[in-house]
Amino acid sequence: MSQVAWRHRLAERGIDRQLWLLVPGLACVLALFVYPFAYGIGLSFQPAEGGVFGAYRTFFADAYQRDTIATTLGLALPAAILNVAASVPIAYRMRGRFRGKRLLTTVLVVPITLGTVLTAEGLLNYLGPTGWFNRLLFFVDEPIRLTNNYWGVFFSLVITGFPFAFLLILSYLSGIDPTLERAAATLGAGRRQRFQRITLPLLAPGLATTFCLTFVLAFSVFPSAVLVGDPAGSTRVISIAAYHAAYEVYDYPLGSAIAVVMGVVELLVVAIVLGLRSLLYTGSTGGKG
Amino acid sequence: MTAVLSRPEAPPRRRIVASPTSWLIWGAVAFFLINLAGVIASVVVNSFGERWFDTWLPQGWTTKWYATAWTEFGLLDVMLVTLEVAVLVVAISVLVGVPASYVLARRSFPGRRLVYLLFLLPILMPPITYGIPLATVLYKYGFAGHLTGVVLANLVPSIPFVILTMTPFIEQIDPAIERAARMCGARTWQIFARILAPLLVPGILAASILVLVRTVGMFELTFLTAGPDSQTLVVALYYSMSAAGIRAQQSVDAMAVLYTSSMLVLLVIALRFVNPTQLVARVKEDPD
Repeated sequence: MSQVAWRHRLAERGIDRQLWLLVPGLACVLALFVYPFAYGIGLSFQPAEGGVFGAYRTFFADAYQRDTIATTLGLALPAAILNVAASVPIAYRMRGRFRGKRLLTTVLVVPITLGTVLTAEGLLNYLGPTGWFNRLLFFVDEPIRLTNNYWGVFFSLVITGFPFAFLLILSYLSGIDPTLERAAATLGAGRRQRFQRITLPLLAPGLATTFCLTFVLAFSVFPSAVLVGDPAGSTRVISIAAYHAAYEVYDYPLGSAIAVVMGVVELLVVAIVLGLRSLLYTGSTGGKG
Repeated sequence: MTAVLSRPEAPPRRRIVASPTSWLIWGAVAFFLINLAGVIASVVVNSFGERWFDTWLPQGWTTKWYATAWTEFGLLDVMLVTLEVAVLVVAISVLVGVPASYVLARRSFPGRRLVYLLFLLPILMPPITYGIPLATVLYKYGFAGHLTGVVLANLVPSIPFVILTMTPFIEQIDPAIERAARMCGARTWQIFARILAPLLVPGILAASILVLVRTVGMFELTFLTAGPDSQTLVVALYYSMSAAGIRAQQSVDAMAVLYTSSMLVLLVIALRFVNPTQLVARVKEDPD
């Protein structure tokens, strides 16, 4: 009797046997994500020497290691901003219906399938000193060096990141009720006004999300930084440093510490963007209302 | 701009006539696509080329690089491993993820937001960040280095992905149908098997294909956990390319072309099932 009453009281608060359905998923995430992460954080505080913060001190004391943060941000932030900024006008023009929309969308999305390696190979072939791009620029004396440096990695981030950003923004734009814009047009708003006062504020939250997801993609750049970049110098990104520490030097505490630093930096950027988003969004709705 | 302002009742359909800005935008799109075509074509041409140095096109044409790539890299095994990993990951993540997303879509309970955040985190984190500690743990327990480790590691982003895709999908199914079934005496598992499963088939298909594409393309996690006989196609490609000089570059290109064409087939299939504009339903759930 009392057991039934207990179950009743739990059920009133929303807890009953149906919640067991959640258990397998939760168990997987706890066992495969939370536990390893906690283990990694624990490991990062147990370096072979240097006390509790030894691994972090090693990372931040060495300029070669420390600078990887700036290198990664210097690659990922411009790439993510460019991808989002370029997607907005293109998607804005494609939000209506027109002939060949499906084809154009598919063509723009194709780079998702390329994979980092084909992109890297292609960039090396195409932009290399004897590649087609430099052949087209025959009027320039020296071939422009666009691979094995910052630009090679940057282009590869644009090629893989742009389709993703474009798809997301296109789907956000198609989700905006077109009658709002028509109403604005009826009230005499020009094209620019409609974009600035109607579409952009409604798109802002989507822009922030897209930026975050694109940034995460660009931030974890690893294969292209090795293959088309200059992995020992100008494109030594933080994931290379983490991989190097963990699997080439076998210094697991340092590797974990770098992974933790990477996660913190990344979440910091995401938090800033989402914070800005909430500012932007409430501001714009206030203006609209 | 001013022309539009002076004419208050703008036409409901947008004009096709291009303004300078749209010329600029379409020009940029064309430039991007031309360069992209160049990038892809240079790999394809190289994979069929005989010798290609300082000329516009290779000196001769051949398909021998594909044969070389097939035998040298043991592509049949690699493809089989890729298929095995992808199918296992899709099956497990759907089996585990769909019930969880049902609860998240239909129920409110204490700690729901926390659970949601927990499922969101693996997608918001770069794979390398959690991949390195995860691989360390998997090696510690002896899972890494073969197929089990690769599958386990790939489940980390896949299960949350299925949950985030399926939750809005389940939300749009009318709960009255389930209540009616319950009134008629169906139990929870019967509701799942007879009512929800048939209604969810399109959503499950879409989620599985997206997970399949992601798993085949997932480099970092597989790279960190794979042993010599459990490499997927991406990882094998990376190794063959980073060890350049040992192998002819053309056969690496041939392999890359094979990889891309299989991904392309998957993507075309995926686009038949998934409407790109439908993505928003999923992504809108992503923040907060």
